[in-house]
Amino acid sequence: MKNKAYAVLAALACLLFGSSAFADKPVDWQTTFQPAATGIMEEITWFEQYTLWFIIPITLLVLLLLILVVVKFREGANPVPSRTSHNTAIEVIWTVGPVIILLFLAVPSFQLLTAQLTPPQNPDLTVKATGNQWYWSYEYEVGENPLSFDSLLLKDEDRAGLGKEDKAAYPRLLAVDNEVVVPVGKTVRLLVTAADVIHAFAMPAFGVKIDAVPGRLNETWFKADREGLYYGQCSELCGKDHAYMPIAIRVVAQEKYDAWLAAAATNLGEANKALMASTDGAVKTVDVAANAAQ
Amino acid sequence: MAGTAVHHDHRHDHSDHAHDADHAHQPLTFFQRWFLSTNHKDIGTLYLIFAIIAGIIGGTLSVFMRAELQEPGIQIFHGLAQMVYGFEGDAAIDGGKHMFNVFTTAHALIMIFFMVMPALIGGFANWMVPIMIGAPDMAFPRMNNISFWLIVPAFLLVLLSMFVEGPAGAYGAGGGWTIYPPFSTSGMPGPAMDLAILGLHIAGASSILGAINFITTILNMRAPGMTLHKMPLFAWSVLITAFLLLLSLPVLAGAITMLLTDRNFGTTFFAPEGGGDPILFQHLFWFFGHPEVYILILPGFGIVSHIISTFSRKPIFGYLGMAYAMVAIGAVGFIVWAHHMYTVGMSLETQRYFVFATMVIAVPTGVKIFSWIATMWGGSIRFTTPMVWAIGFIFLFTVGGVTGVQLANAGLDRALHDTYYVVAHFHYVLSLGAVFAIFAAWYYWFPKMSGYMYSEFLGKLHFWVMFVGVNLIFFPQHFLGLAGMPRRYIDYPDAFAGWNMVSSYGSYVAAVGVLIFLFGVAEAFSKKRVAGDNPWGEGANTLEWQLSSPPPFHQWEQLPRIK
Repeated sequence: MKNKAYAVLAALACLLFGSSAFADKPVDWQTTFQPAATGIMEEITWFEQYTLWFIIPITLLVLLLLILVVVKFREGANPVPSRTSHNTAIEVIWTVGPVIILLFLAVPSFQLLTAQLTPPQNPDLTVKATGNQWYWSYEYEVGENPLSFDSLLLKDEDRAGLGKEDKAAYPRLLAVDNEVVVPVGKTVRLLVTAADVIHAFAMPAFGVKIDAVPGRLNETWFKADREGLYYGQCSELCGKDHAYMPIAIRVVAQEKYDAWLAAAATNLGEANKALMASTDGAVKTVDVAANAAQ
Repeated sequence: MAGTAVHHDHRHDHSDHAHDADHAHQPLTFFQRWFLSTNHKDIGTLYLIFAIIAGIIGGTLSVFMRAELQEPGIQIFHGLAQMVYGFEGDAAIDGGKHMFNVFTTAHALIMIFFMVMPALIGGFANWMVPIMIGAPDMAFPRMNNISFWLIVPAFLLVLLSMFVEGPAGAYGAGGGWTIYPPFSTSGMPGPAMDLAILGLHIAGASSILGAINFITTILNMRAPGMTLHKMPLFAWSVLITAFLLLLSLPVLAGAITMLLTDRNFGTTFFAPEGGGDPILFQHLFWFFGHPEVYILILPGFGIVSHIISTFSRKPIFGYLGMAYAMVAIGAVGFIVWAHHMYTVGMSLETQRYFVFATMVIAVPTGVKIFSWIATMWGGSIRFTTPMVWAIGFIFLFTVGGVTGVQLANAGLDRALHDTYYVVAHFHYVLSLGAVFAIFAAWYYWFPKMSGYMYSEFLGKLHFWVMFVGVNLIFFPQHFLGLAGMPRRYIDYPDAFAGWNMVSSYGSYVAAVGVLIFLFGVAEAFSKKRVAGDNPWGEGANTLEWQLSSPPPFHQWEQLPRIK
């Protein structure tokens, strides 16, 4: 990826910490990031595991040294203390050593940061997300009439009407009534703002998190690599229903997206149902099975 | 001795008066001693009692939150809202949701401003710094009194804010301790936010007065021969902390004053509809907020240095490196604030700068960790209760420190910002760092302050119960954060239930630990085991151990000479 040393470390990290199962949402007793669905999230996951290769040994070194002094230099074992209070060489080592470690962290860190803030190409699609107390509204910049709709937490009484009874695919507090729909493998520009107080648009599987600030238009981007239904949650305290304004993005094949967009212009509800009929059968059962196996 | 002579000439009537009170031993009434006190030790005691009370209240709030989060769904807060505010039916659910935010806000404000700061700075520093540097009292004893008596109404204002209207139809200020506008302005029109802001103003004024007092005392009132480079590290840590307070709190005061005028007088500093910017507040807040977190931990660094050195029977390793590492942490702490704001939409160059500056802090912090271990290396270590707490501090602070290095990277922080990973990180450095340092200091200086010995058994039991409890609370929160659980959520998707349950059980264990602590204090005062002037032996060589336990009402009437 960056160079050979990093690649070796990354490979080792994947062996130790990697997870091969796919999931679009958190699972029980999860201890790592959600599986990545974008290149950026893959890089974030790689970098997180890379940092673990430094911080876990450092923590263990401190623990080991503590255990060593506790055993070796307890009063019973060492009744007469030394009077050493200086050692220039070792002080230089433990000052320069961390600097070198930080350089090893800084290089890939800056590369990751640069990649996040540098969209690879002109966007294929622009979606605007607006945070409200307490729901998201979305606007598609397409054609003559921009498509816009609100996306609210899925209420239990609406599950049947929307065909979302399956709580594994449409979990409590994550599922919404109207998902954002985007095509797979396309660069999506996301414009984020808020109408009342600050919210934050977060999509863990995409490595996206950006504040929705009234009076500002923040920009970020993502390119989803695989189809599926992805969940995120508002990530800036915004009031009593902060925990109740989830974000859901459905990534589908280009032709399904085109069909959905055309249908949504006249009837969003029917467009969503048609899209669910064409995707949920295939994609969702695979994912749910993988989740269950985890 | 020259110092006292000068003192007499210039401040004739004052010092005469002090001498009268001292030699005549006129007994002070209870009201005079504890309400009109100008004695640094009595004021320190008041601060410690205040911090214990505030800590119990702030801790209780957190146990309620953990009890709520033990299972998915809302279990207790609608009932609490019904009980406390009188909501009924569905309104109780909404009231409970806001009440949870009020609890997170109050927990943070209380623990930061009314527990850790009063305990470390008002309490231990007030008590020990004048003694350690060979001064008879603080430079401005009456200002010291005002510092304490300002923090009490500040605390009452913050508590009161929980019971008046915040957002329309709900009670209390629920914007988090960061009180970001517009949620803290247009989002919470009721008077609760105003009360909380005024509480912060007064607590800030109290701290600024205290900071002026410490800086003046430490720079002017050191005993003859005690140069800055011979000064104990705790005094160093308090000097640096006082400078951080003095420089950062006015920025907070300015920011929250602007918040107050935005709320009440029609200004639009932070309102985009009037040309203001909500992000401006975040810059101002974190310009204060980041130094603030070092204010919370630096006195702990000083305390741990003393304890490690005392019980290893060795001088501190690399004394100058230790002192200047704290100076470096304090200085760099002022130029890293926007690492709390990586997701607000800053430019690539700005984020790069803050990543770089933040990582630099790891270097002096590493110097401190390794120097503590080197101090123990070759020592003859006794595992008394304060030593056990100090060793626990070093390990847990390391765990919190290395996750801080991860979070410094904006690219990685993008995924972790505002998740439980951050909650775990800052509780490892504060709840398990600063608070462990406070308990270490408590057991270290309790015999000096009270004259009585605590029970070693209860002290160590307290340590182990607390150690297990806080790790159970906060370690699983790393997993929750990685899995994507956002902070400040009253309810969460069912997948997060497992680790939340573990975390909640941990908080009950830690609560038992606090009860053991309180029982240990009561036990020590009832058994009255006499501690002696220096219960710690030859390793304890700072000046406080040369005085009686408890020290005389006024110490160092003959100034000590430092060779």
